[in-house]
Amino acid sequence: MKYILLIYQNPATWETFSEEERNRVMVEVGELMEELTQSGEWVGGEGLADPSNTKTVRVRDGVPAITDGPFVESKEQLAGYCIVQCETPERAADIAARWPDARYWAMEVRPIMEPGGEEM
Amino acid sequence: MSTAPAVEDLLRELAPQVLGALVRRYGHFDACEDAVQEALLAGTVQWPDQGLPQNPRGWLITVASRRVTDQLRSDQARRRREDTTAALAPRDELDVPDRDDTLTLLFLCCHPALSSASQLALTLRAVGGLTTAQIANAFLVPEATMAQRISRAKQRIKTTSIPFELPPEPERADRLRVVMHVLYLVFNEGYTATSGPHLHRTGLTGEAIRLTRVMHELLPEDGEVTGLLALMLLTDARRPARTKPDGSLVPLEEQDRSRWDQEAIREGVALITNSLAEAPIGPYQLQAAIAAVHDEAATAADTDWRQILGLYDLLERLAPNPMVTLNRAVAVAMVRGPEAALDVLATLDADERMAGHYRLAAVRAHMWEMAGDRRAARSGYQEAARRTTSIPERRYLESRADRLRDSR
Repeated sequence: MKYILLIYQNPATWETFSEEERNRVMVEVGELMEELTQSGEWVGGEGLADPSNTKTVRVRDGVPAITDGPFVESKEQLAGYCIVQCETPERAADIAARWPDARYWAMEVRPIMEPGGEEM
Repeated sequence: MSTAPAVEDLLRELAPQVLGALVRRYGHFDACEDAVQEALLAGTVQWPDQGLPQNPRGWLITVASRRVTDQLRSDQARRRREDTTAALAPRDELDVPDRDDTLTLLFLCCHPALSSASQLALTLRAVGGLTTAQIANAFLVPEATMAQRISRAKQRIKTTSIPFELPPEPERADRLRVVMHVLYLVFNEGYTATSGPHLHRTGLTGEAIRLTRVMHELLPEDGEVTGLLALMLLTDARRPARTKPDGSLVPLEEQDRSRWDQEAIREGVALITNSLAEAPIGPYQLQAAIAAVHDEAATAADTDWRQILGLYDLLERLAPNPMVTLNRAVAVAMVRGPEAALDVLATLDADERMAGHYRLAAVRAHMWEMAGDRRAARSGYQEAARRTTSIPERRYLESRADRLRDSR
């Protein structure tokens, strides 16, 4: 089963980190990614640019409208994701718990839909 | 893969035999497995152009041996530079193909020390002769991820010093169950694939059937291996009817039975009839027998549900499991009515493996629909649709809910 781990961060808190703290988080993430690659569970993942770079696209009556933002005031914003394939949902949650962001903010674990289905 | 199918089939059939011969001669499963993959690739490239060698197995053994000895020599030279190690010890020069090699390899690739994902990947590569890219494609993961699983599995075999030999008699039955389970998982992975961009995964069912057939030839007396082969054939026979061209699922009772594969049904029925008469009964044989009863019914209405219920009663006693109880409930509904089935389902609510499972919600909704409670049925299908993690299942469950929309 594949799971997406959504990484939430508060950009304001991140900015208050010292360089040493930021480096520690990056090293930890690097080690965890390496470990998941070694275990054959890592499927992929990326970090996202700062929320200030976001654009929202809506099509109404066939007309696309592109606006900057949303620049919501919410404390925690999506900062990246990774996709892992694990044997149990508990294992996916364990991985999320080890992501450093989980200590400061939150990780969201969601199963990814499969293209196949059982006979009914 | 653009190789002529005949060449590819031959290469894949020879793959475990060649690997077995090499591992018996040199040990070093890890290095031998890589060497065999390279030899298979060389065959894929050269045979269609230059014609088949006179002795294809001998050709592959020669090519792979050369690679493996080169590899071991260079490893040895490196080690000698680093420290002093004993010379490369040659093993028995046995070059006679040994039919047990394939079986030994299956046991090795399905060793309980390996994770389930690794067992599947390694079995398909080392015994099935598939490339890492093919396996990765079938399991919908990047090639690097699959390569890592395979190399980790081989590393584990090395570090735990798992020997290349048949497991000792007292462990044999348990280990065989693991091998059968791995082949069953491979089958299921392909069988659940529907149409569209993921159609290539269906190759996995064919591969699982091929490997189970090989196993059945090696262990013709084992009733459960026969049962597993029969189960796969009888299930796969329905494949042409179980999805619409757009990939949506067609439930068993609505399938166009003229599209079922009669050849596979005949073979499956013959296998299971024979093994039920001669071998001690087991869960795969019972599941195959149930599939046979479905496949032999000319129409859904002709299904002998009494016999199916009897088989589920036996299966539940032999291998109790909430999924079996769930399927048995459907048979109970067909024989004794939906209320009796709802009572059976109520026993599953306390089971934490099942509570909240979409299949429990889906079957319960079906029972409510049979009982005429359209409102409850509709909300049950909707609940099941929210819980499943499969796209075609969600579509199917949503459409079942839609059929009951008028009763709001």
